Amino acid sequence: MPFALETASHPENLKRVAIEPVSRVEGHGKVTLLLDDDNHVQQVRLHITEFRGFEKFIEGRPYWEVPVMVQRLCGICPVSHHLAASKAMDMIVGATLTPTAEKIRRLMHYGQILQSHALHFFHLSSPDLLFGFDSDVAHRNIVGVIAAHPDIAKKGVLLRKYGQEIIRMTAGKRVHGTGSIPGGVNKSLTAEERATLQKDIYQMIAWSRDAVNLIKQLFEQHLEFYNSFGRISAHNMGLVRADGAMDLYHGGLRARRADGSTLFDHFDYSRYWDVISEDVKSWSYMKFPFFNAMGSSDTGWYRVGPLTRVTQCDFIPTPLADKERSEFMAFDNGSATGATLGYHWARMIEMLHAAEVIKDLLHDDDVCGKELMSSGKRQERGVGVIEAPRGTLIHHYRVDEHDQVIRANLIVSTTHNNQAMNEAIRVVAKQYLDGRELTEGLLNHIEVAIRCFDPCLSCATHALGKMPLEVELIGADGTAIDRMTRNMNDSCPRS
Amino acid sequence: MSETNTFILDDQEIPFTPGQSVMQAALSAGVFIPHLCYHPEFRPHGSCKLCTVKINGRPATSCTTPAAHGMEVESNTPEILDKRRTLVQMLLIEGNHFCPSCEKSGFCKLQALGYELGVMTPRFNLMYPTRPVDASHPDVLLDFNRCILCELCIRASTEVDGKFVFALSGRGIKKHLVVNAESGRLADTNFSLTDKAAQVCPVGVILPKRMGFAVPIGQRHFDDAPISAHVDEFKPVMPGPGGRS
Repeated sequence: MPFALETASHPENLKRVAIEPVSRVEGHGKVTLLLDDDNHVQQVRLHITEFRGFEKFIEGRPYWEVPVMVQRLCGICPVSHHLAASKAMDMIVGATLTPTAEKIRRLMHYGQILQSHALHFFHLSSPDLLFGFDSDVAHRNIVGVIAAHPDIAKKGVLLRKYGQEIIRMTAGKRVHGTGSIPGGVNKSLTAEERATLQKDIYQMIAWSRDAVNLIKQLFEQHLEFYNSFGRISAHNMGLVRADGAMDLYHGGLRARRADGSTLFDHFDYSRYWDVISEDVKSWSYMKFPFFNAMGSSDTGWYRVGPLTRVTQCDFIPTPLADKERSEFMAFDNGSATGATLGYHWARMIEMLHAAEVIKDLLHDDDVCGKELMSSGKRQERGVGVIEAPRGTLIHHYRVDEHDQVIRANLIVSTTHNNQAMNEAIRVVAKQYLDGRELTEGLLNHIEVAIRCFDPCLSCATHALGKMPLEVELIGADGTAIDRMTRNMNDSCPRS
Repeated sequence: MSETNTFILDDQEIPFTPGQSVMQAALSAGVFIPHLCYHPEFRPHGSCKLCTVKINGRPATSCTTPAAHGMEVESNTPEILDKRRTLVQMLLIEGNHFCPSCEKSGFCKLQALGYELGVMTPRFNLMYPTRPVDASHPDVLLDFNRCILCELCIRASTEVDGKFVFALSGRGIKKHLVVNAESGRLADTNFSLTDKAAQVCPVGVILPKRMGFAVPIGQRHFDDAPISAHVDEFKPVMPGPGGRS
């Protein structure tokens, strides 16, 4: 599909400044804007430094090391990489998981969903949502939220803590554990651990419902703005269970075009390359995945993540979250389901779902079982796909007869959303760019649009709501008209 | 306690039997002296230098120095601990030691000593040597990236297994562990997972295949206490000047 800000009638007149993706401080996003003679924005690009190096230095390593090694590419959702790699290696060792192994992994994963969604909503996005995008940067951060809304901030902190405790008890550590191994897990819950988690789970469910209500109220209060901000038309993809239910740990791939028609459904992800390819562009380290059936990354790009999952599944298999989903889908005649800010609402519905799944798992005796490992006929190729907090995560490995990895391909959630983020930024730039003057408001609106997708940039996570960001305005003659950088200390120097 | 068979180690009187090394006597008395190439079942090697102490004011490796009555031995002093920390830091940058993804984490003596001695940073520039993995053997993986040249596998293969599977080659900084086969591959030797040489590696070089990370965090060997609290594991198992002869 064409991009409104990438279709200049005389592109030869646009001076494209080659901002090659050279090494930057990790986590810095960079947005480039190109203007025509009338100062209309013609092109907008988000530049990101990604983690491609892992695919290379995994080569030659023993396969059982991969689930532990590869999770190091992320400090926020390492469990997702840990589990996606483990699922791929399950295929390598020919394993069908024992009930205990699968349920412990699911518990780990939904704990991860809970803590990551809580982190994103409360710590990173709530300052924008609660105070307004243009509000004073001095208090538009988690510290400001703690001061103005201590009850909300407390829930965010404790929800995240609870999710991390689940990870610690299933993986051994809150971050970068070792619990999942090819063919199973290395521990189950002790009775004491299970009782500890059971004690607080109903509180977590209640707080998750409060979070859904909070974002719902914000939508109701600012209906027109929330519906229109960064709104894009996009194809969607995600995993669904065999019966069409939401399942964030396992399922088949479902893709729907922007008009809602089905492109493929329940597709076996172990042959994902039959439906997805990856494009490479000179200006970003991040790849550009697209649907094969649509020909190229310019027309076949899609989005993944909470908004896609909530809207594309047929139902959510836990009662409270499913009720919220129904309300979300019906809200204002379905307008929120296509809103970029709808990601936040969908994310909170998923957090509620995660809490409900955790409750069910904690009442299942299998989580304390002793049958942890299984194996079968050895395979050469393994593909593991999981719905990580930010969207579909694909791990693909080939292992030789000596147990060494000879090829690795990872498509992380943020990569799937690459073009979608660019498009949302284009819409926001078109909506809010005020002549040649780059304002703090523009800068922050772009940041808010990026953050809706919860991209796995360290800037969107480590910076606690103060994403280091650089925006450059390039005139038709190729000269830099304006350049503005937001630093970690909130200063916005022009250069 | 015999008056003629004691020495002083950091103000503590340590008894010994004639023929014991300072290290053996200290370990027997429950006093830990950091070490890597020492193993209670093998003759002392004196190569890693971590067990260096000051005996009557002069540096000496405690694993190779026979205990003598009246010695005054310094071990747990800031100066010596700093030198041991430096030695560990040098070992850590000389190879490719990536503890976060190493399956020997929690079992590795080098890692445990890093924690024991308070190694907080690499300190020196990492050398990133190129050391290909040998995965040719069906049951055992050799990851040379982590070799510290303690020669325990060489000693075990030679003295216990009688197979001579391992050797050192090269000199100086280029010295490295090799496999005694024309191809240089472990698969082309008679090495077995049950060999003593497969059991003695203090770091993560010789690894049983498909077993990594089977032990959960919290239950690994050094998870419960610092290596110095594991002193009983290192007590001499054979009388005489140093283990197996």
